[in-house]
This record gives sequence, structure tokens and C-alpha cells, in this order.
Amino acid sequence: MNFKQLLAQSGMILVFLVVVIGSYLIAPQFLSKDNMISLGLQVSTIGIVSCTMLFCLAAGDFDLSVGSSAALGGMVGVFVGNMTGSLFLGVLSALAAGALVGLVNGVVVAKFKINALITTLATMQIVRGLTNIIGHGTPMSASKPGFDFLGNQAYFSVPLPILIMVLFFIGFGVLLNRTVFGRNTLAIGGNKEAANLAGIPVARTKIAIFTLSGMVASFAGVVLASRLIVASNNAGEKLELQAISACVLGGVSLSGGIGTMSGTVVGVLIMGIVENVMRLKSVDAFYQMVVTGTILLLAVLFDRVKLRILNSSS
Amino acid sequence: MLSFHSISKGFSGVQALQDVSFEVSGGAVHGLCGENGAGKSTLLKVLSGVHEPDSGSFEIDGKPCRFRSALDALNGGVAVIYQELNLVPEMSVAENVWLGHFSTKGPFVDFKELDRKTRESLERVGLDVHPSTKLGSLSIGQKQMVEIAKALTRNAKVIAFDEPTSSLSAREVDTLFGLIRELRSRGLAILYVSHRMDEITSLCDACTVLRDGKHIETFSSMSGVDAAMIVNRMVGRELAAAMTDSGRDLGEDVFEIRNVEGPGLKEPVSLAVKSGEIVGIFGLIGAGRTELLKAVYMGKAGEVMIANTAIPRTGPVGSIKSGLVFCPEDRKHEGIVPMLSVAENLNISIRRTLAKLGFWLAKGAEKDNATDFIEKLRIKTASQQTPISNLSGGNQQKVILARWLSERIKVILLDEPTRGIDVGSKAEIYAIVRDLARKGIGVLFVSSELPEILALSDRVFVMCEGRIAGSMPTKDATEAKLLSLALPKGGAA
Repeated sequence: MNFKQLLAQSGMILVFLVVVIGSYLIAPQFLSKDNMISLGLQVSTIGIVSCTMLFCLAAGDFDLSVGSSAALGGMVGVFVGNMTGSLFLGVLSALAAGALVGLVNGVVVAKFKINALITTLATMQIVRGLTNIIGHGTPMSASKPGFDFLGNQAYFSVPLPILIMVLFFIGFGVLLNRTVFGRNTLAIGGNKEAANLAGIPVARTKIAIFTLSGMVASFAGVVLASRLIVASNNAGEKLELQAISACVLGGVSLSGGIGTMSGTVVGVLIMGIVENVMRLKSVDAFYQMVVTGTILLLAVLFDRVKLRILNSSS
Repeated sequence: MLSFHSISKGFSGVQALQDVSFEVSGGAVHGLCGENGAGKSTLLKVLSGVHEPDSGSFEIDGKPCRFRSALDALNGGVAVIYQELNLVPEMSVAENVWLGHFSTKGPFVDFKELDRKTRESLERVGLDVHPSTKLGSLSIGQKQMVEIAKALTRNAKVIAFDEPTSSLSAREVDTLFGLIRELRSRGLAILYVSHRMDEITSLCDACTVLRDGKHIETFSSMSGVDAAMIVNRMVGRELAAAMTDSGRDLGEDVFEIRNVEGPGLKEPVSLAVKSGEIVGIFGLIGAGRTELLKAVYMGKAGEVMIANTAIPRTGPVGSIKSGLVFCPEDRKHEGIVPMLSVAENLNISIRRTLAKLGFWLAKGAEKDNATDFIEKLRIKTASQQTPISNLSGGNQQKVILARWLSERIKVILLDEPTRGIDVGSKAEIYAIVRDLARKGIGVLFVSSELPEILALSDRVFVMCEGRIAGSMPTKDATEAKLLSLALPKGGAA
């Protein structure tokens, strides 16, 4: 491996280190324990959702409905939790609701061959509507004690949402790299027709990916609602775009077939850190939007340059 | 007219071209031959401005050229007609011919003028379609004509063809050759890349052979030059032995299809393959050969029997489980997953069987399997982890064969197993296929190359317009007999 390839392959890690060091220089309080925890909490929802977004993108699809599914998950969780008094039943019904949304997405995309962008754009609106119908257009507070367990419990002074996110990173990383399902996902995104002819169950795998995506999004929604002790009908807005951004920032290809869990983790963290530092320095929210957008654009440009370097040296 | 002077070009460690010099005269068709990886494509890419040479130069009409982009090359009088045409299927023929050079009236496209000019240029290539026809509705041969018309509108002095006949029917090939001869008589220099030796010997006035990036020989006249001479220069070794068959014992029917129907087939098809037998299917493009194989592999209608037992008709997954596998013709779109490694592509299908509990990857077993086949089939690759797209066509095809040899197969369907593959790998692939048959695996393969059908098969079926037109033992077959069966009868011909 020559220097150029090394640079290209570890490029995102380098960028990550630069961002961390830069953040420390700009705001020394960045590396404090309190700030690290608040950073972790801040990215936990995006982080969890990015795990399955990675799978959707790697298979050559999108899931734009994850933001709405997160809101639905939170709402159903609180609603059922309030009704039954059981956190367990709340989480279970939220997962079921999310899985149902994902199943619909998957069947429409894989069986009826409708474009994923359009399909999930439609379900995004349907699910947001349903969430508002359940919540009568307003946030719903969790009335039973104990509902905040998922969101506010801490182990070794690390809040549970962060631990959950880390577990998801590891779990989905293993799923992508060490299981037939994960490798099939990349093969389908890389060349759907070849995968089909090679005997990979393309439709079944896609349906599984979307179902997982819906379930994971709605679980992220329950965790968020549990942390805030309220399920907001507006929760998870733009979550789908943030998750896609984080994945792309981590080198996942929008045309499918290319993607790693480590890249996705780095993508999530870079997005989070930049936002975190701007908040520490009290940068105006509008400027924050300009900066995050610019970073995304630079990241994709960087990726293109990287590909060109790798290709020219192969 | 066009002369190359010591062109060299390397890609990190691989010397694709080394000190290549030769001349192409105007008013002549100059063949360019070599195995895959010999440097033909790189030379075309240097000529068309895609790559800049590391050293050396080339001249057109005595003027040195330095093209930095395809546009540069077009403006400099060089057009390359690639195997995969660079056209926009959703736009009209006129728009495609003049893409980038639209006639305008102020800020608007002047469609009337565009149509008139397009009619003129279509006339020059003898293509009789309306300029407003959607490009995507044309046949591949017609699209090629559009591409040539486009080259002529830019006053090309040099036109290079990269395997132009690989997906044309016999009639389209005749039309194309007529046009190439016409271009030659107008004084253009034509560079013609092909794996088909009969084309090189019949069409070309001169011919250059490359091997491993080096210039081997230029025949400045084709009189006295035959295919065997060129092939010898290409491979640098005798191939005759590898091309011949030592014979096999035929057994019972191992594979039978009954009344298989599908899109592109005009009537139900039935045929049987004995154990140890290689059965070829010949036919022109559009005769329904690929459609037949796909209908067997993934269709629902009709019966498919392996060793006298009907197999479930549920698509690829079910077929593979029953030991029936399929190597597609279009390697790039249906065979390989380009960004994945050689090992991933090789293990893509066997993976589920190797995996522990059906889902947990058996990394060690996968690695061993890949190592095993890379050695057995002599797949040339830097490592298992190399992206498959870096391999030559022949080696990619071997990886796909290895994918199926990993499985416990009983029948293999091969669609154009050596399309776009160089002579050396071709012989190796024939050897692999014969070896499979010897082991009692039924082989059914499709080819549009008569020499391949005659060399490889024991029995041949000929298809024409979605039907089986006839069949015969290969020892009774001649090129003329097969062709006359393959050509459409009646009105169309």
C-alpha cells in the first residue's frame, strides 16, 4: 500500500482527528466530561437511526420515513405506556408499529418495485399524520412513573441512550460484516441483477432491511420520548436527512454497494461535534445550518477526490 | 496519417503500454489485436484523450497531438466508437447526433435545422430512420450508425472501433462493414479492434498485434497472413492442443426441459442433455437463446427435470438448491458486483451454505474456498481482496464459474461463456467446461460464434425467432448448415 492509498483510506479518520483537535482549540471545554456526555446524548437518536440507514443506503435504497417513525414510536410508546402502566408493553407496541411501517415500505419497494424515494416520502407523511392523530396534534406527556428509565438511567455515570447507541453501533457493525445478511445487503446495492441471478433472495432481504429500519427508528423515538418524558408530535423532524448526511459523511455511497459501520460512526460524530462546538461558542442557529451544509458538501467532494486517487493508482 | 511514437503508459505497477510505435495510413482499415490486457483499450484511451501517455507521442497528418479530454480528441479529429455506446437513450436521434452542437436561434434550439442536418448525416451512413425517433427504440446496430454519423459531423479523420460487432446480428455486421469500407474510400484512417480473427483477415488492410503492452508485429499487408499467424503472435504459444477435446462418455439424460415458455419464446421448448454431454444453442441475436436459458433458470412455466425429478420452479434460489445454475452473458450488469472483492464475488452464492447456523459468516472457509479456486482455475489477481473490476474479462468470467463450481451443481447453463474474452482464457474456459461435463454435469451453452459451437458442443440446437429451428450432432454440423437454420425464413429475409 502506497502513501496515497493510505491517505485515501484513512482520510475520514484524519478529518475526524482534525475536527476533534480543532474543536478543543476553539473551545477547550469541549473535552470536558460533562460536554462529552451532552455530545453523546445529542447524537444518540441520529446514531441509532444511522445504523439502519446505513443498511438502506448500502442496499441502494433510502428510507425517508425514519423521522416520522421515530415520532410514531415515541407517541405509541407513551400512549400505551400511559394506558397500561407498563414500560415494557409501551416499548413493545412502539416496536410493532415501527416494524409495520417498515414492512409496508419494504413490500412496496421490493415487491411492487416502486422507487424507495417516493414510497418512503409517502409513508413519511402518512406516519406523521397518524402520530398527530394519536396525539391529537399535541405532545403527550408520560404520566406513569418509570417511563424515563430508557432515557435517564445511567451506568457508570454514562446515560443509557449513549450505551444503547454504542450497542447498536457494535451490533449492526457485526451484522454488516460477519453475517450473510450483511454481505448480501452490500451485494444487492452493488449490482441487484447479479445478486438476484446468484441466488440471493433480493426481495426478502430488502423487506427485512426496511422492517429493521422502521423498528430501529421507532425504538430511537421511544428512547427520545423517555429522555424528555414527553412524546412530541414533531419529534424526529429532518432526522432522515441528518442520518443520510451522517452516513454519506462516513463514506457510504448513495448509489449503493459501499458502506462501513466505522465510517458511519465517524460521520455521526463529526456532525455532532461540529454542532456541539458551535453551540458551546453560542453561534447563531442560522449560521449553524450554513456550516453543517457546507461540511456535508465538502465531505462528498472529498469522497470523489478519494475515489479518483484510488482509481488512478489501481 | 496516424503514427504512434514509443507510447508508454503505466498504472501503479502495471505497465499497460510499453514503447509502442506503429503507423496507420489514411484510406486503410488497420486491425489491432491482442489478448485482453494486451493494451488495446489503453491505446484507444490514449488516442481519445481519456489517458495521457507517460511518455511518447502520436501525430495525425504530421501534427503532434496532445489531447487532455475526449472533447479535445473529437475536436482534433479522433472519434472512438466504444463497445458501450455513449448515447442518450431517452433523447431523439437528432439530439444525439448533434449533442453539444445544437443549431440555435437565439437562446432556443432550432429543431427544424437540426432535423435537416441530421437527415443529411444519417444519409451519409445509410441509416433510414426519422431524426425525431427516440434513440432507445433503435437496434444496437442502428445505434452504432448514429454514433458513426455523430463522429462524421465532427469531421473525424481517425475513427477507432472497439469490438463493434460483439452484439450485432450477421446482417448488421454486413451493413457495418459496408460502411467501414465506404469510410476507408473517403480517406479516413480506421483503427479496428476485434477478437474475431475472420473479421481482421477479411476486413483489414493492415494489422498490429500487441501482447502484454508491447508492440509485437505490424503486418503492413494482409496478403499471406491468416488467423493462425495472428493468434500465434497474440499468445506467443501454440493453442491448438488446448482447443481440442479428448472426448467423453455419454450416459443417461441428466437434464430435461419440457414445454418451457417465457417472454421472447414463440412456442414451448423441450430438450434433454445427457450426462457428460455438452449441448450448444446457436442462433442470431434476438433468436431467443438468452430468453430460453433465463426461462429455464427463473421462469415458472413448464417443467425442468434433473435426474428424472422435477425441480421446483421458484426462481434462482430454488434452481440453485436443485443444482441448476446460470452464468449470464452480460458479465458487467448481471454477473459481477463491481465494487466487491474477488473473494466476495466468488463466495456470493455458496456463502449461505458455508455459514454457521445459516447466517454467521465462515470467514476461514470462505477464504479457503477462494484460495482453492483462484489456484485451480488459474485466476490472475493480485489478491483475494482486489476489487473484481480490476480483473480482465476472462478472469472475471473464471470467478463467476468458480462461484458455481463451489456449489454442488448438476446442470450449468452458460450464456456466451467467452464473449469479449481473449483467446488464451477462452481455451482455459473450454477446458473447465469439458472437465465439468466429464464429471457428469450437464452443460447447456449459448453462443453466437460458430467456431465455438463447433469446438465445444457434442450436439447443437439452432434457434430462430423464438423457436427451435433444428438440431444435429456436432459431427454432422457445418457452419453453412447451422447458419441456414438460424436465418429467418420467408418474408423477413
